[in-house]
Amino acid sequence: MSIFEYNGSALVAMVGKNCFAIASDRRFGVQLQTIATDFQRIYKIHEKLFIGLSGLATDTQTLHQRLMFRHKLYELREDRDMKPETFASLVSAMLYEKRFGPYLCQPVIAGLGDDDKPFICTMDSIGAKELAKDFVVSGTASESLYGACEAMYKPDMGPEELFETISQALLSSVDRDCLSGWGGHVYVVTPTEVTERILKGRMD
Amino acid sequence: MMKIDFSGLEPRAPLRGESSELFDGISNSPSFHLPNTANFDGFQKEAIQMVKPAKGTTTLAFIFKGGVMVAADSRASMGGYISSQSVKKIIEINPYMLGTMAGGAADCQFWHRNLGIKCRLHELANKRRISVTGASKLLANILYSYRGMGLSVGTMIAGWDEKGPGLYYVDSEGGRLKGNRFSVGSGSPYAYGVLDNGHHNTRSFVYGLCILKCKRLHSRDQMHLPVGHTRFQCLLKERKLCSAPKETTELCVLSLILIFLPMLFHSRYRYDLSVEEAAELARRAIYHATFRDGASGGVASVYHVGPNGWKKLSGDDVGELHYHYYPVEVAAVEQEMTEVPVA
Repeated sequence: MSIFEYNGSALVAMVGKNCFAIASDRRFGVQLQTIATDFQRIYKIHEKLFIGLSGLATDTQTLHQRLMFRHKLYELREDRDMKPETFASLVSAMLYEKRFGPYLCQPVIAGLGDDDKPFICTMDSIGAKELAKDFVVSGTASESLYGACEAMYKPDMGPEELFETISQALLSSVDRDCLSGWGGHVYVVTPTEVTERILKGRMD
Repeated sequence: MMKIDFSGLEPRAPLRGESSELFDGISNSPSFHLPNTANFDGFQKEAIQMVKPAKGTTTLAFIFKGGVMVAADSRASMGGYISSQSVKKIIEINPYMLGTMAGGAADCQFWHRNLGIKCRLHELANKRRISVTGASKLLANILYSYRGMGLSVGTMIAGWDEKGPGLYYVDSEGGRLKGNRFSVGSGSPYAYGVLDNGHHNTRSFVYGLCILKCKRLHSRDQMHLPVGHTRFQCLLKERKLCSAPKETTELCVLSLILIFLPMLFHSRYRYDLSVEEAAELARRAIYHATFRDGASGGVASVYHVGPNGWKKLSGDDVGELHYHYYPVEVAAVEQEMTEVPVA
């Protein structure tokens, strides 16, 4: 079993009309054993920028702490929040710093940029950026997430429809994966508000 | 092509007249083509990798007053991928006997069907049903003859015969165990945890109470325990509970109610469970295993084998079962932010 599959995870982000949604499962496991079902994989950087980290849980937490540190320093020096594009470059650079001993996680970044243009992107564990216009996925359930998103995604959805779509895609995908699921966690971000919802899911 | 001949394992003189073609086709012990290779072990290793599905499983069975309770989940997985959520892991060998499936799906299905044929032939030859002991031994002998050839079977044979309920564990390593309580598969530690829960706690808690020297706990009404819970009461009496202030007594009774009643509602394994209690215990054990074990899930099906044969009692979707056991508490609506009037 790959070290990326040690804890199990499912992560997806989708773009809507002037909004985006990012969702993850809630399982923290050790191989096939479920340890906790209230795990956080999505972190808020600021009101309009979120990062989801799939892969090895310990590395996701370390990386998140280092990213928060760097973002706070940026805030102090520049007196403003980071643009999603800038943040993606920062993550990419930090991952490549560890080219020969990488953080074992695959990030998904989603944010609202200038004039509320949604931005999503994903990376591999050593920082190769992959930008997308529609949706990005990562984690152990990524294959089934690709299938579900490919089938369910429509361009220019509003926040409510986007929530429904991303939730259905997440829940149906993790039902085909042993290592992720046990509930869902969804953020829908519009220019004016952030909605956080916990999903009921199959607990097996 | 070479073939292994297992005719030596057949019973010596089957009670049939002359052998006819019709019977030969069924009764001949099955023989399998062996691969024409010099490196049999290496070939075997590669072949096993190709037939790996249905590894993760939770199955359990236990004997109680009313017979045998058999339960299983229904998930088939290949690595991390869930290939099916509706596998029938409890195999109906005949109306009085069930087998459970863990390990290779094909191996289990084939050899249980094969066992079914052998049991029926035994019945026709001897005019009585085969015992569970006999049936499990038939299977164990077959599996032993294929030992080291890559079969993967972990099964429980549960049934009712002339001697009453019977339960055996049989695996492809050739093991065969008789017992009152078994669980097989990747989720089995979790299932055992539920089945065994509290069996010893009961006693240590009682001793703990005695040390507190509480008195006047003799009457049943004061203990708030159901009628029939005599073992507990005897223990308390034997200890010659001596004087203690009344407050201590009340404290004890209160703690007794608080700690003991939930344990009584969640019945653990006892021999004298009713059919309903036993079914609920089996279902709950499977549910807990599916919750903790990533490779188990789907539907928790429960079968009961009694004097009149087996009956399927329930098949509950674990997805719904979870919210039945643990309903979602309705979160209080967060206080709306109100603007503070400027002074």
